[in-house]
Amino acid sequence: MTETKGAAVRYENVQKSYDGETLVVKNLNLDIPPGEFLTMLGPSGSGKTTCLMMLAGFEPATHGEIFLNDRPINNVQPHKRGIGMVFQNYALFPHMSVAENLAFPLQVRGMGKAEQEQKVKRALEMVELGHFGSRRPAQLSGGQQQRVAVARALVFDPELVLMDEPLGALDKQLREQMQYEIKHIHDNIGVSIVYVTHDQTEALTMSDRVAVFNDGVIQQLSRPDVLYENPQNSFVAQFIGENNKLSGTVEAVEGETCTVRLDDGTMLKADAVNIDGVGSRTTISLRPERVEFDTHETMDNLVSGQIEEMIYLGDHIRVRMNVAGNNEFVVKVRNRGEKRDLKTGQTVEIGWAAGDCKALDAVA
Amino acid sequence: MTIQTHADETNGTPEVLTTADGKPLKTSIARALRREKMRALLLIAPLLLFVIITFVAPIVDMLFRSVENQIVSTTLPRTVVELDSWDGTTGEAPGENVFNALHFDMTVAVERKNHTQLGTRLNYEESGISSMFRRTGRRVDDFGEIYADQFIDLNSAWEAPATWVSLMASPDWIAEQAAWVADRDAARANGTAFEQPEPAFAIREGVAEALPRTADIYQAFAEFIQTEDQDSPTEEEPWNAVYTGLHDDLLANPNAASAFSGETATLLSQAANAVSGFEKISLREAFIDADEDWGNPYYWGVIQTFSPSYTSGYFLAAADAELTPQGIQMKPEDEQIYLYLFWRTLLLSVTITFSCLLLGYPIAFLLAALPARSANLLMILVLLPFWTSLLVRTSAWKVLLQQQGVINDFLVWTGLVSDAGRLVMINNQTGTIIAMTHILLPFMILPLYSVMKTISPSYVRAAKSLGATDWTAFWRVYFPQTVPGIGAGAILVFILAIGYYITPELVGGTDGIFISNRIAYHISTSLNWGLAAALGVILLLAVMLLFYVYDKIVGIDNVKLG
Repeated sequence: MTETKGAAVRYENVQKSYDGETLVVKNLNLDIPPGEFLTMLGPSGSGKTTCLMMLAGFEPATHGEIFLNDRPINNVQPHKRGIGMVFQNYALFPHMSVAENLAFPLQVRGMGKAEQEQKVKRALEMVELGHFGSRRPAQLSGGQQQRVAVARALVFDPELVLMDEPLGALDKQLREQMQYEIKHIHDNIGVSIVYVTHDQTEALTMSDRVAVFNDGVIQQLSRPDVLYENPQNSFVAQFIGENNKLSGTVEAVEGETCTVRLDDGTMLKADAVNIDGVGSRTTISLRPERVEFDTHETMDNLVSGQIEEMIYLGDHIRVRMNVAGNNEFVVKVRNRGEKRDLKTGQTVEIGWAAGDCKALDAVA
Repeated sequence: MTIQTHADETNGTPEVLTTADGKPLKTSIARALRREKMRALLLIAPLLLFVIITFVAPIVDMLFRSVENQIVSTTLPRTVVELDSWDGTTGEAPGENVFNALHFDMTVAVERKNHTQLGTRLNYEESGISSMFRRTGRRVDDFGEIYADQFIDLNSAWEAPATWVSLMASPDWIAEQAAWVADRDAARANGTAFEQPEPAFAIREGVAEALPRTADIYQAFAEFIQTEDQDSPTEEEPWNAVYTGLHDDLLANPNAASAFSGETATLLSQAANAVSGFEKISLREAFIDADEDWGNPYYWGVIQTFSPSYTSGYFLAAADAELTPQGIQMKPEDEQIYLYLFWRTLLLSVTITFSCLLLGYPIAFLLAALPARSANLLMILVLLPFWTSLLVRTSAWKVLLQQQGVINDFLVWTGLVSDAGRLVMINNQTGTIIAMTHILLPFMILPLYSVMKTISPSYVRAAKSLGATDWTAFWRVYFPQTVPGIGAGAILVFILAIGYYITPELVGGTDGIFISNRIAYHISTSLNWGLAAALGVILLLAVMLLFYVYDKIVGIDNVKLG
């Protein structure tokens, strides 16, 4: 990242309700340092888009204050906030050409014609659409429209850009390509970006930090790798990546680890992350790729399970097993080319380290 | 079906795509589509037929009346031919020949009772002509009486219908007619019904050459007796005009008897010898005596001008011009009405369209912005006027706007206007504009609403996030996207307004009426359908022209109705 010229954003005790009966956003506190790419990730209805709209100024906060560079902006009109925004369906003005779309924010700022042209040209080159200035948005493909929308949100050099599920309308391949492009643009110009999505891959790929929303509350705010490796609760573990759940009761706690008795009696060692103490219910979260078939005596956890289904996926083989009464237990075996003697119906022993499974809050 | 490509590589002609069996691909597609088209046509056929029969055909027929002018040449066929050679610039009324022709034409027209229709028609062009025809119609039969009397005095055989039949009718017809009489009498004796009509009268060969005028008028007489009176020429004494014709013929051709033989020849030669001694009458003077305007070349000029079967007269009248014997001239300033009316109709329609836009735009905007439930309620309020009778709504405005009405009472009560200074808001243009704006408002709101509904709120948000003020976001981003709706609403309201009739009629007074009110007047009161049709054609063309201009400027493809 080059020198930071992004804006800092701070939410303080922000609440939002539309109908006066339920809170869509419950007491949000969030600090976004300058230049950060922060993603708000969550299922629909989790309050992430509302948070974004409050920041943009299109929805007033019911309670609390939002600061932009330490300046409270609750009473600042949207057009005076100087925040660039990319909308879900791009919202490119259909009656203007691409160049006119890009020039619009410059015109309303009273910029001179020559400077406008220069900035528009530069912005179009940034998104590699140098020759498309005279086209109408409808004449562009979805990906091209997307780039124009990004260019338009950046052309007036805002310190903060908001993106509301901007890649939702693109096909998978184009979406992945655009993820990298947006990431590169962010790295090159160093603006702060707040990005809203419900696609966890997108969040992990692009973000400096991810805020996982559920039920109007940030469940976890971490770097993508931390989010995956160390989920703080069952929701995050389940929402980010693939996950095996095993429920049981805490038998003993030894410092950072604990012993859990599963409902069928199996005893497991796990990292004690989010438990209420001995005797409480817990859900153990375990990533499928951490489970080994090549077991040895020193492994913390050794259990046996029956293979129910095997699916060949090229780079790995997905094995669905019945382990400790859970027949949705998935193991991913890397395809190293070696012959493995696994068959459906076979009972095999599997094992994993205590540090690979986390004891989290119980799921109802 | 597989597709093969036959490329003629030897002479480089373009490839023709064909189907597997070698037919050109385009032909195959056309054949496949034809069936679909036929089915589509079949589906719309009932409505299409209904519309053509009940809508298109009557309108075309009605509009055709704006140029149709056969009444002169069908009512006065002989006069029109004679008048053709008359030069109106001499300042002299036409000569005896024209009056002779007019005598015959008028005799037939009076018998058929359509001379007054002609008088009414020509009266559109020059008032006074109607009374000429009516007054003369009462006397024209007497003009030839002097000759009838003298013929009968000469030989009472001239009074007998049989004499005339033997003189004029072809022997074949006489035989046929006799057979018909026999059949009829036999049927009557048997008491059975006899429906067969009398054989159509046929003129004797050679009579038209020997006695041209007599043959002409007698034929008209026989046809009239047979078709209109359901009677037989064998039983009716001819019109006096027939005696006039015979008198003129015998005077011109004393040897006419040579074309006949037997008793009729004797009778005719006797008459031929006597006619020169008959007391004469000038038909020209007889006509002028009946109505002195027949001696006025100006009126003859009008008849001559309007004798062709098709006329531009109605259109000229609709444009405040007239076709005079001297050519096309504008009517005097104080008689001009239609151009001004067209202009006013146009101006008021534009005003009404703008008022509708001004009032309807915010409503449509609100409708599009509100949540569905409130929007539905508001939509019902917008549509409510559609469900009440037009007359009720217009009458309501009468109650509200009149000088002793609700609004004036309120203004006087608040002291904003004095009792003496009550506002005149009805029976003038204000009334028309207010009432029609109210009535046509839904036609503006609905297309606007349907367009606005499709404009995503994210456009305005995007504009604001890009730094535009509320007004800039509206004017630069929202408004341009509503232009198709404005176009649709405006064109709908304007076209409805320009042809509106009932509301201006009720609240427009004299200076708030539209051209359509004038058209209605000519259709139902003055019965000048030709002028009404011409005004209608001009209105239709004006609308089509505006539509074309609109298409060039806004583009009809941009118009969205939903």
